[in-house]
Amino acid sequence: MSSISPITFSTPVSASPSLWRRLRYHLRRNPLVLAGAIIVALWLVIALQVPNIAPYQPLAQDLVNRKLTPNPTFLFGTDELGRDIFSRVLWGARITIPAGLAVITIGSALGVIIGAVAGYVGGVGDELLMRLTELFMAFPTIILAMAVTAALGPDIRNAVLALVVVWWPRYARVLRGLVLEVKAQEYVEAARSVGAGGGYILFRTILPNCIAPAVILATLDIGTAIIVFASLSFIGLGPDPSSPEWGRMVSIGIDFFDQWWMWLFPGLAIASLVMAFNFIGDGLRDILDPRLRGE
Amino acid sequence: MNFFRYLVRRLLLIIPLLLGITIVAFIIANAVPADPINANLPQNALGNQELVDAFRKKWGLDKPLHEQYLTYLGNLLQGDMGTSIKTRKPIREDIARFLPATIELATLSALLGAGLGVGLGLVSAIWKDTLADYVARIVALIGVSFPVFLLGLVLLTIFYKELDIAAGPGRLDFKLRAPPTVTGMFTIDALLAGDWKTFNNALAHLVLPSTTLALYISGIISRITRSSLLEVLNKDYMRTARAKGLRERKVIGTHGMRNALIPVVTVIGLAYGNLLVGSILIESIFAYPGIGRYMFRASTSQDFPAIMGVSLLIAVIYVGVNFVVDIAYYFLDPRIRIA
Repeated sequence: MSSISPITFSTPVSASPSLWRRLRYHLRRNPLVLAGAIIVALWLVIALQVPNIAPYQPLAQDLVNRKLTPNPTFLFGTDELGRDIFSRVLWGARITIPAGLAVITIGSALGVIIGAVAGYVGGVGDELLMRLTELFMAFPTIILAMAVTAALGPDIRNAVLALVVVWWPRYARVLRGLVLEVKAQEYVEAARSVGAGGGYILFRTILPNCIAPAVILATLDIGTAIIVFASLSFIGLGPDPSSPEWGRMVSIGIDFFDQWWMWLFPGLAIASLVMAFNFIGDGLRDILDPRLRGE
Repeated sequence: MNFFRYLVRRLLLIIPLLLGITIVAFIIANAVPADPINANLPQNALGNQELVDAFRKKWGLDKPLHEQYLTYLGNLLQGDMGTSIKTRKPIREDIARFLPATIELATLSALLGAGLGVGLGLVSAIWKDTLADYVARIVALIGVSFPVFLLGLVLLTIFYKELDIAAGPGRLDFKLRAPPTVTGMFTIDALLAGDWKTFNNALAHLVLPSTTLALYISGIISRITRSSLLEVLNKDYMRTARAKGLRERKVIGTHGMRNALIPVVTVIGLAYGNLLVGSILIESIFAYPGIGRYMFRASTSQDFPAIMGVSLLIAVIYVGVNFVVDIAYYFLDPRIRIA
């Protein structure tokens, strides 16, 4: 970033059609982004409308119709208790999607605040917060989350909490760097010289100028958060076994290896959602990172 | 900076990190659960006052928190991580029994995954926007998007159950006996014993799980290789290399890869962490008796001390791997030697 920036007059009114045009241009070059957006939208509709879509209740047992192969009545077959797997997969959207989004939102917000404060105060406070950040990054993400969930007792809320605990460090690091950069700008000096307080400067003057990269990072990260939540649940540290959580359903399906429909469909649900988010994230990276946009 | 000084400096940086890890583990183990005694002793021991008192004394639970930590650290340094609730054995013994199998699997997977990942990334970057690039990127995308446990189940179904061309679950066929234990890694032990039949069989059993893990980590590795190489390919020194008449192979191989490899090595270090996590997620699927399956069983049965023990172990291995990555930097990046 150069220290002398050219003076520009930007009017928000004229910015929006060009943004639209740019978006259309990029969507045409990156059809996968559109595909990803459609799949995500589909899953969101399912999550919101599942009581009206799913043919059966997720916990309804039908002991006569156990372990049926996929058929017209039970599209994805039934499990060992005769529950309809198609309905369970649809209901699962209501667990995994909110959990993944909660981890991302809370985790990134926490990281943004910690990183921003560290970068802004500098000195000993910065040193302490950054050493703490490094410490949390010394564990492979999910390992620390496993230990925390196991200590708190396994359920959905604790799994999300544990993932938040391990999620913030990356954001803290990125934000600290950005704040350090922005802190040196003249408009911050200007705010200070007219007598603005520390909190005002940090949250009203500096942070709005650093938030975009954090939002991008969070978007790139949603897929990972979902897959990590499903993995935590796969090893039994998420919702209870009867719950139609996708990871949990796959893990129970291991014991019924030959009944492939029991694990394949919930597994594909995870994969489709994560892949859709990765399509969007990849496209976003291509659009926003000019270095990779091609010669 | 000469190598020795670099090495010592890196080693000194590790000590506070390791101490920090034990503090985090201690806080999770002793401060987070409502009652550490409840969390660490099996149900039937809780009624036995003698056992409860012995546990309290051993871990110093009647002392202030900082003294508890020192007790914990002392026990840890003697290799004492407590007793598993499920297996009723010291966790150290369990780990010693199951770790070699996982090291064997993880090492093979790391080699396969790094080879596959760098290869795909190279193809993708050199022939950017061609069919080869698209195929390589889709393989990479599957690697990062498919849950590794689903990948394992699918591979096992196709290649073992349906096509019957790969060896199935376990480390060896039922009729074979384990080779005499030296390292605990069946392939190496079999080689040491000169037993080719067992070696081949053990290796065959590693094919599916290590392919699963390799696919899983190759996704991240190929993505970084691709973007890193693409960035390097645009650099001025690449044009210079071409302008002075070097062959394309030499341009990419020497001038391109050498510079592109630095971030790739970092990612391979990080990917080793994913590999350890991946082994927790897939060893159960392949009935592979390693530390991953041990961890899986511990977490599904709420075996808290075992979960803590393995977490600590994996964090330490992870720190070790990243140390090796730092050392590799020294040889890859001449700027470190001059600085």
